[in-house]
Amino acid sequence: MATVAHHHDEHPTGITRWLFTTNHKDIGTLYLLFSLLMFFVGGTFALVIRTELFQPGLQITDPHFFNQMTTMHALVMIFGAIMPAFVGLANWQLPLMIGAPDMALPRMNNWSFWILPFAFMLMLSSLFLQDAGGAPATGWTLYPPLSVQGGIGVDLAIFSIHMMGISSVLGAINVIATILNMRAPGMTLMKMPMFAWSWLITAFLLLLTMPVLAGAVTMVLTDRHFGTSFFDAAGGGDPLLYQHVFWFFGHPEVYIMILPAFGIISQVIPTFSRKPLFGYHSMVYAIVSIAFLSSVVWAHHMFTVGMPLAGELFFMYATMLIAVPTGVKVFNWLATMWRGAMTFETPMLFAIAFVFLFTIGGLSGLMVAVVPADFQYHDSYFVVAHFHYVLVTGAAVAIFAAAYYWLPKWTGHMYNEKLGKWHFWLTMIGMNLTFFPMHFVGLAGMPRRIPDYALQFTDFNQWSSIGAFIFGFSQLLFVYLLIQTIRGGKKASARVWEGAEGLEWTLPSPPPYHSFSTAPVVK
Amino acid sequence: MCFVRSRSRRGPLSRLIAAVGPALLPGLAAADYKVNLPPPVTPIGEQILQLHNLIMIICAVIFVIVFGLMFYSIARHRKSRGVKPAAFDGNSKLEVFWTIIPFLILVGIAIPSTATLIEMTDTSKSDMTVKITGYQWRWRYDYPDHGINFFSSLATPREQIEGAAEKGENYLLEVDNPLVVPVGKKVRLLFTANDVIHAWWVPEVGVKKDAIPGFLTDAWMTIEKPGVYRGQCAELCGKDHGFMPIVVNAVTPEEFDKWVVAQKQQVAAAAASADKTWTMEELMARGKQVYQTCAACHGANGEGVGPFPKLAGSKIATGPVDAHIDIVLNGKPGTAMQAFGGQLNDVDIAAVVTFERNSFGNKTGDLVQPAQVKAARK
Repeated sequence: MATVAHHHDEHPTGITRWLFTTNHKDIGTLYLLFSLLMFFVGGTFALVIRTELFQPGLQITDPHFFNQMTTMHALVMIFGAIMPAFVGLANWQLPLMIGAPDMALPRMNNWSFWILPFAFMLMLSSLFLQDAGGAPATGWTLYPPLSVQGGIGVDLAIFSIHMMGISSVLGAINVIATILNMRAPGMTLMKMPMFAWSWLITAFLLLLTMPVLAGAVTMVLTDRHFGTSFFDAAGGGDPLLYQHVFWFFGHPEVYIMILPAFGIISQVIPTFSRKPLFGYHSMVYAIVSIAFLSSVVWAHHMFTVGMPLAGELFFMYATMLIAVPTGVKVFNWLATMWRGAMTFETPMLFAIAFVFLFTIGGLSGLMVAVVPADFQYHDSYFVVAHFHYVLVTGAAVAIFAAAYYWLPKWTGHMYNEKLGKWHFWLTMIGMNLTFFPMHFVGLAGMPRRIPDYALQFTDFNQWSSIGAFIFGFSQLLFVYLLIQTIRGGKKASARVWEGAEGLEWTLPSPPPYHSFSTAPVVK
Repeated sequence: MCFVRSRSRRGPLSRLIAAVGPALLPGLAAADYKVNLPPPVTPIGEQILQLHNLIMIICAVIFVIVFGLMFYSIARHRKSRGVKPAAFDGNSKLEVFWTIIPFLILVGIAIPSTATLIEMTDTSKSDMTVKITGYQWRWRYDYPDHGINFFSSLATPREQIEGAAEKGENYLLEVDNPLVVPVGKKVRLLFTANDVIHAWWVPEVGVKKDAIPGFLTDAWMTIEKPGVYRGQCAELCGKDHGFMPIVVNAVTPEEFDKWVVAQKQQVAAAAASADKTWTMEELMARGKQVYQTCAACHGANGEGVGPFPKLAGSKIATGPVDAHIDIVLNGKPGTAMQAFGGQLNDVDIAAVVTFERNSFGNKTGDLVQPAQVKAARK
């Protein structure tokens, strides 16, 4: 397991270091910081939404601008915050965890990151073109014919989706090439850390679906400007065709945002339980079967469009089936904790919160899979609650767990544990206060994406808005903690955590700029 | 050690809860919180509610068992209690067990769900049909069996929305012309849309269906209890998506028959009024009402909203009358300006055009008669 750290000092410094870097650690850092920035941009949009919804009536936005906010909030959070955060974690961690000196395709790695800031500049610029219709106001799904009606913002969003798609596909190719070709001698696939497994499967899902999304939005573009009628019944097209194609991307996309989170949790829980992961093999099979099932359930987003009975039944059964492998994962995490010797540092707190809260989202997911009941839930705030429980208290919480878990490794300093716990508890109070009442207003009949609502929904909306501000502002604590940790603090050991297992912990903290130049051997 | 530290950590937090808690409590006690689906008034709605409650209970039981075990483990299996970690990393029997049990539970849920779904999709043997068309941003109801059709628009005044007046009891859930149906009859609902996709949703009735331009979808309802049931558009359909409510008025079959007769008389009266000559005052008063539809985009005072053009001093509203009538009748292709010819009658169009040409500082003095609009339709 010996590592030889060559010291190369010839890499450029200052801004060029970041512009031209092909180093997986630098690119990982860029991805993570970009994601943090977008988390705040998307969060600001969310706070505009929650401020407007604090009470009935129109206060701070007009309905058109409100629709721009919901659309941009989703696009920025999905493509700008969650996905780049996972790619950043993959960049930093995959080579360290599988004993590779870098990603397999470093120059492409640089490009796939640097496409992103330009894609988002393009999309966000539409906010400044209010006279031409402003940002897309169609919902992030860009459903035609509404998106065909939309202003220039729709075009800008389509182009930036093309760019993000290229970035994601390049990133996915890189992950697959790295994992399949650059594992340390002795590390068979079935010995890989679970985070690597989850990313390998995620990368295949990205390759499968991103081109499909690009195709769907390109058809919207030609419908808008070049007289085609793919989605216009008057020209022989079908608005539902778009929905089928979009969700063929959109549903696996959901799992693109949760599988790496599963991987993270499967690293963190064993470490702080001081016990090996329970049921490694079934965990791998569960990820693979979730990925497969996720590709054949897309139309469960469309239960109310008037599909034939046989279609509804197929998509209902297939969707319900996903609960089985997902349940296996939750049970295995629980069994990993069982009879361990647990401690509860911040990463572990976030990991436990993930298991607990993601399961709420998973169970409400089972509910929306049941077609007759979904006729009530669909496009209501119940669904908003459901997917925020999966994506915020799920994916985002897992990203926080990962950040705290590996931060000492990246910076060489221990973070301030007390501050970390404050961040954790404030985040927990804030996010649950925001999202839990949404279940209730949804069941009571509040549709999603409305800027104003009937009086009976007022109280729960006020809870949500207060929660959103607690949640949003407590993230500033995280930024402070991050700066503090980067600048100094208690020196972190190589192992960092008493129960940590894996190649990354054999390197000093922080690891040298070029690590594993000589491959370690895994027994 | 760790335990002691975590106690001191909770100190400030519990103080925070103690401070904030009482502030929230009065709200908790006073408010009438609705936390479940509203009481259904159709057999399908009832089945959905039962299905929903069944899954809720199953989920709650699973949740309590799984997380009861987890929190037990968190309480017991901690290093601070001097526990030595076990070394096991798998148990085939256990893993097979917790793969098969959830599967069986799912089968248990799938069976009643399938039965309800089959019933929901069976729209045959209906007593009457209503065709529902979504427009940006109102609904149109057609009764092909009775020869009646009308539009149903938001009736909440703009002043309430903008906070200039106190909000009424049914704020945003009230319309000018509700959908009227008889109780105890199986009503087949057909859905389509004029422009973009909408969705017709009334929670108490248990119906939600997308209305898709160029396609027909269907559903059915048999309302068993007379009453007024309110819902909203559930599919984002543009700017005023939040402002196109649905009101269903379920009445006894006798009342329904009376209502049908009254509707037919109204249609006849409207046809007669199109032939008479209207005065400026009459047209302006009526035009002001009709203009509420236009105000969504062109502003309450003709000032325009965002990218939508203003009417105050505009070329259309102060230029030739014929061009003005034409754009209202036929719309402007490629923009959000719809063809209102199919939505408004001759009197309404004459009134609104007159209103727009003599309001917001526009002083053309033009007076448009319904006959002029009728002529322009040809």
